[in-house]
Amino acid sequence: MAQTFQEISPSDFFYRNRDIAGFTNPARAIYSAIRELVENSLDAAENIGVAPDIYIRLKFLGEAGREAQVYQLRVQDNGSGIPARHIPSAFGQVLFGSKYKLKQARGTFGLGGTMAILYGQITTHQPALVISSTGSSRIYMYRLMIDIQRNKPLILDRKILLNKEQWRGTIVEFSLEGDYFRAMSKIVEYLKQTALVNPYANLTFVDPRGRLYKFTRVTTRMPTPPKETLPHPYGVDVEIFQRLIQVTPTRNMIDFLRTHFHRVGETTARKFLEFSKIPPSKNPRKLTHQEIVHLVRMMKRFKDFLPPDASCLSPLGKDLLKAGILKELEPEFVAVCQRRPSTYAGHPFIVEVAIAYGGKIPRKGDFTIYRFANRIPLLYDEASDVSVKVIRSMNWRRYKVTPDMPIAILIHICSTKVPYKTVGKEFIADRPEVRREVLNGIREAARHLQRFLTKREHVNRERKRLSIFAKYLPKIAQFSTQLAGKSQPPNVEILLRSVRKFELEN
Amino acid sequence: MSWKTKSSIAEKRKAVLESLEKFGSSLYEQMARGVFPSIEMPSRSIDNIYYHPELRQYVLGEKRVRRTARNIRHIRPFTQLVWAAFFSHELTSQRKTSTLRDVYYSAQAYEMSFKDQQESNAIITDLETVLGWSREDFNIFPEERSAIFGDLTIEYTVPGYEGRTLNLTSHPDGVMIGPALTSAEFVKTSADKVIAIEKGGLFTRFIEERVHERFNALLVLTAGQAPRATRHFIHRLNKELGLPVYIFTDGDPWGMHIAMVIISGSANAAHVRELTTPDAKWSGVWATDIVKYKLPTDPLSDIDFKRLRELQRDPRYKDELWQREIKTFMKIGRKAEQEAFSRYGLTFIVDEYLPAKLEEA
Repeated sequence: MAQTFQEISPSDFFYRNRDIAGFTNPARAIYSAIRELVENSLDAAENIGVAPDIYIRLKFLGEAGREAQVYQLRVQDNGSGIPARHIPSAFGQVLFGSKYKLKQARGTFGLGGTMAILYGQITTHQPALVISSTGSSRIYMYRLMIDIQRNKPLILDRKILLNKEQWRGTIVEFSLEGDYFRAMSKIVEYLKQTALVNPYANLTFVDPRGRLYKFTRVTTRMPTPPKETLPHPYGVDVEIFQRLIQVTPTRNMIDFLRTHFHRVGETTARKFLEFSKIPPSKNPRKLTHQEIVHLVRMMKRFKDFLPPDASCLSPLGKDLLKAGILKELEPEFVAVCQRRPSTYAGHPFIVEVAIAYGGKIPRKGDFTIYRFANRIPLLYDEASDVSVKVIRSMNWRRYKVTPDMPIAILIHICSTKVPYKTVGKEFIADRPEVRREVLNGIREAARHLQRFLTKREHVNRERKRLSIFAKYLPKIAQFSTQLAGKSQPPNVEILLRSVRKFELEN
Repeated sequence: MSWKTKSSIAEKRKAVLESLEKFGSSLYEQMARGVFPSIEMPSRSIDNIYYHPELRQYVLGEKRVRRTARNIRHIRPFTQLVWAAFFSHELTSQRKTSTLRDVYYSAQAYEMSFKDQQESNAIITDLETVLGWSREDFNIFPEERSAIFGDLTIEYTVPGYEGRTLNLTSHPDGVMIGPALTSAEFVKTSADKVIAIEKGGLFTRFIEERVHERFNALLVLTAGQAPRATRHFIHRLNKELGLPVYIFTDGDPWGMHIAMVIISGSANAAHVRELTTPDAKWSGVWATDIVKYKLPTDPLSDIDFKRLRELQRDPRYKDELWQREIKTFMKIGRKAEQEAFSRYGLTFIVDEYLPAKLEEA
């Protein structure tokens, strides 16, 4: 039987498999489109250390069938802007992106923004408008489409405007099919949670009904930006190894290891080469395929590599996390905990946990769980997430916590490679290293909550106790004064003061 | 025939007021010294209630309890107690009376709420224990339902009726033993005995059959278990006027016990005196009467048997007569009401039975 083989471009691949990138149905598609663009915008602002100002507008254009409408989506940011020569590729070519280095960033596919535009193009067949400036004297405006089969941008129109106001940022505008009304609650929830872990960002959203959702920053302090880092030996595979060999300028194995791997110095390199029985003087370019496979295997087995450091990570930090929670959830109490950096398979990660109690947190008979990865809210597939599994497996009574309490638990995992279970990137896989950190983080925060609850109980009990004395002692004084036929009741203040165990606020 | 000094009631009231004031002063002094007020009183717990063979009633033992306003669990009942003392003082000095129900509601006027009537009753009992007076002395009475009929002249001491006298034959239904009668002085009587009757039907029959004249008796209706005011009243008739007391109840364990509580009091009232009449006699209906007069009967129920076994072990029932009757009840397994005599005609009980029983006593 004859078969025809045909090479397909990455654009074509995602066109045919758009489900895996989160564009399953009209409701999900509109949510994903907003999400991808907002996350690109947040990254663009953070990369240059600017507190993000993001404006999102969704406009109704017309009906497109029974379950979908056509919308115009516009997202504007104050981020870095895109150099003019990269604009067409950045939005007209799948898998082109600035995120193929090892540092923590929100998207790591390099197809987020483009995928949204691609989806818009295949559902409405309209070009996308991209306006961007890096703050130079010019603003570039492109109208473009994607040549799906060749994975190349098609530039329909290009204008250069004078940038008198020194505006900097990017505007993306395109039309797409979607179902806003079914996606509405998820979109608003997404923005709210995004505001929660990005308390230094201003988010403005105007929805198709003209409603304004505004999430205002409470701080301009931003987390320390992540540093780019080399791959750690534990996280390297044969493919990466081979690419490094092709580009390396080094002439011996010691220099090769020192130059291209994270936390490998001369001593470690020597020990490792001894361990894997490869001569240190060997030219890396002369390594045979078998030797490469052998080295990668040995790298996983060698115990003396130093763990990756976390400078490539940018956790939110306790203060920002707290600020975000106080701003968006308005609880009575919040405990935050940041775990020390840890690694899984050579990838560093940090777990941050917060437990908020009372205030405006709803009492719904179960905890409200907020999950984040690299400051992105995860809204789908909650039940499969490792954090949820950990929360369910814990004995909460030890912490004086019952499910009917108004409690929200927040888990943030940041990593150079978040261990998502699926391509949809909606839940974190149950890896033992991650599970342990999540568990310990929740335990630590829960202990803080327990202390708070215990103290509050004490204070309440004490307050109640004092109120009982304060209620009855004057009455005893009053009645016995009348019985004794005296005119002036005895002073019970001294007695009241003596029963006070400690000073209570107000 | 016995005469009583008219001042006994007034003197008692004065003593009650003084002890309430002393109680208040002691609390006042403690607070003025800067210490938490506390009181001590005999414990009323079960293990501190003993039967006193000489007094022939239950008494409280040596155990005492201390209540202090320093204790968070005590302070509420403590305050209620002080309020109750204050309220009793108001009642007594203004010569007003109140019922236990009234006490419960009055408390609310002073923002002193009781959870329920039981709680307020318990506080009144505490006050009795602390001061050694009974609640009637503080002018607090239970709801009344008992009555008296017969030739006894009393003189009221209640406000508005002071000095007025009444002969207790004035009303053919009898006169209710309420606060006014309880606090009245005895002036004179021609009676030489008291007959206490459990049930209203028989009480009315006795009046109709002029038992008070034919037997020269004061008739007291207990209406079931005699209220404390009635027990105290019978006690006074016995003590102050020296009249012997005969008690007629149904022929069952419950009727026996009505008689016994008049005679020896109850464990609940172990902290108060002057409620018992140890020389009173239970005159019927005995179990042996059921056999002797071949009365129509009902079988004893399981609960009746259980009660009989309890009474058999009760120290108040150790005398030969009681033990004999309990055994007879258990042997015949039957009980009879007072009305059972009606099978021999309406007047048989007065014409035949009563004289025989009084003779027997």
